[in-house]
Amino acid sequence: MQLDFSRQLHFFWALLPEIILCAWAMVVLITGVSGRFKDAENDGGDPSFNNAASLGWLALVGVLLAAMANGWLYGITEVGRDSMVAVDGFRLFSNWVFLLAAGLSILISFSYVYRQRLQAGEFYGLILLATAGMMFMAGARDLIVIFLGLEVMSIAVYALTAFNRRDRKSAEAGLKYFLLGAFATGFFLYGIALVYGATGSTNIAAVSRSVASGAATPTFLALGITFLTIGFGFKVSAVPFHMWTPDVYEGAPAPVTAFMSAAVKAAAFVAFLRVFMVGFDGAYETWYPILWWLAAITMVVANLIALVQSNVKRMLAYSSIAHAGYLLVAITASNETAAAGLLFYLLVYTVMNIGAFAIVIGVAHHAEERLQVEDYSGFGWSQPLLGVLLTIFLLSLAGFPGTGGFMGKIYLLQGAADAQLWYLSVILVLTTIASYWYYLRVAWFMWMKSELTERQHALVMVPLPMRVALVASVFIVLYLGFFPGSALEFARASVEGLGVMGAGVPGLGQ
Amino acid sequence: MTFLFYLFAGLAIGGAIGVVMAKNPVGSLLFMVTTLAAMAGTFVLLEAHFLAAIQIIVYAGAIMVLFLFVIMLLNLGHEYKADLRGGAFSVLSFGLIGAIAGLLAPEISGAEAAPGPGAVAIDAAIAEHGAVGAIAEPLYTTYVVPFEITGILLLVAIVGAIVLAKREV
Repeated sequence: MQLDFSRQLHFFWALLPEIILCAWAMVVLITGVSGRFKDAENDGGDPSFNNAASLGWLALVGVLLAAMANGWLYGITEVGRDSMVAVDGFRLFSNWVFLLAAGLSILISFSYVYRQRLQAGEFYGLILLATAGMMFMAGARDLIVIFLGLEVMSIAVYALTAFNRRDRKSAEAGLKYFLLGAFATGFFLYGIALVYGATGSTNIAAVSRSVASGAATPTFLALGITFLTIGFGFKVSAVPFHMWTPDVYEGAPAPVTAFMSAAVKAAAFVAFLRVFMVGFDGAYETWYPILWWLAAITMVVANLIALVQSNVKRMLAYSSIAHAGYLLVAITASNETAAAGLLFYLLVYTVMNIGAFAIVIGVAHHAEERLQVEDYSGFGWSQPLLGVLLTIFLLSLAGFPGTGGFMGKIYLLQGAADAQLWYLSVILVLTTIASYWYYLRVAWFMWMKSELTERQHALVMVPLPMRVALVASVFIVLYLGFFPGSALEFARASVEGLGVMGAGVPGLGQ
Repeated sequence: MTFLFYLFAGLAIGGAIGVVMAKNPVGSLLFMVTTLAAMAGTFVLLEAHFLAAIQIIVYAGAIMVLFLFVIMLLNLGHEYKADLRGGAFSVLSFGLIGAIAGLLAPEISGAEAAPGPGAVAIDAAIAEHGAVGAIAEPLYTTYVVPFEITGILLLVAIVGAIVLAKREV
């Protein structure tokens, strides 16, 4: 099937995964407030299969359906590259990452939702809606659509952050995230307005042509790019816009933190890359130094602060800021190798990060306790299987050979080398080596220290859905570590022709 | 015309400064109404009558009244002075805004007054569909996707607000 967007029905086909996800989110919401699902409090039985959990399984069905629609879109070709909605490999690959993140996050939250007595229908519904927002961002070829997708995602995640109302920290984190996020949104919107003022369009293809031909007014464009960088920088939590990250990641419910640190970051990066690499390609000289410094500062500062963290959730928050720094190198490089590396890295980062968080949730007894590094003393010997899994995830986050994280960093370095960003490459390698310390510290506590109290880890339980998520994550991490070829080929094919613009085919009609 | 423009522009800027300088939240709100009304005035000068009406009805009317309700219901009589930060922050933000305005001003004033292609297209659309139709037509054709996503956005906001504000959990 060919889509030329001459009819509105074509938008329906092009947005089928998003539409399915939104509709399914409404189904989950309505099921959640109807009949027997309403009394989650009196809900007994196995947390993996009781009433609250069946809403989770229902949400997973929605993710699967959206994934099927996403696969179906590979049979679709779009005419021209000017339409408001992109149907290209870049978007579809990103959608896989978001759907994977959503599926894994839902799987690891079953027991948490049950134990904290969260409202299951709204919880899973908001996760689906946030995922739909991310997919809008990845598929957008118009700054307005990117902005709306960003808002759908952000507002859902603000609500999810403050979701645990019995926990003061959760409420505080939600408020903080909301206020600072609204501030960043203001910058983002002003940036869009300035870019519109400079180029006369919000369509990325039109912006790109205007920038490349030099018709865009330079001061407007430079200010617009700066403000968009601030807006995106906040969402990907790059230093110096990272102030909210540790507090929000620490205060939010742990499954939400896992979802946030993987999927929200991925969505922001995908939109970031498309806007800057495609839209502002002609103004590379303007934004290259800004992003260079942003990447360098983010990598150095985040890794240094992470060294002294004793709370595991906070440590993982700083680690996610550090990973944002590595990914910013790919955007600074702005070539197809780097874009493929970015997609590959986002895939690996999603699974290894959610995997690590899953075990953190298990150790914390599906609540917000036992989050210090000392609580992991002797964990490896009393729970060998989980210990090995967590060690694999930590090694992958650190970028150890044989894991997906290592291959991801190699491809990022390749992209940086293609763009001849030697200093950034050196900083990336050095900060990676520094990061070994704080990742391996947790592993050291797990294997080299003895338990603080007898049977300290006896109560750590991993229910069936979380086991499924862990097995899937560790399989992907190891598979990508040993056989990265096929996934990388896929990522390369996905970004092929991303930066190439069509010859000015109008968006609606021909 | 020029006099009217400077009047409305001055009112808008003065109101905006009033919003951040007012000691009382109700006062800043009323300043904000001034700003929005003055913006509506500049829209009229641009011959965007429909936008001006919408600006008054939606912003100055509905949204500001809601704001007023919320502020009066929540924190009446609370002393705000202690919460306000002055000094360095206000100097910094005014300096930043001034710098941005200074950077942009030469490019705006340098532009020719002749109507560009956008203005011609807008005139043609208004002649064909009328002022309301010129906005409605692209809203439901070219921009139908963002329009629908806005619906999803409102749904998310409502669900989020209800989850966080519901009394019994």
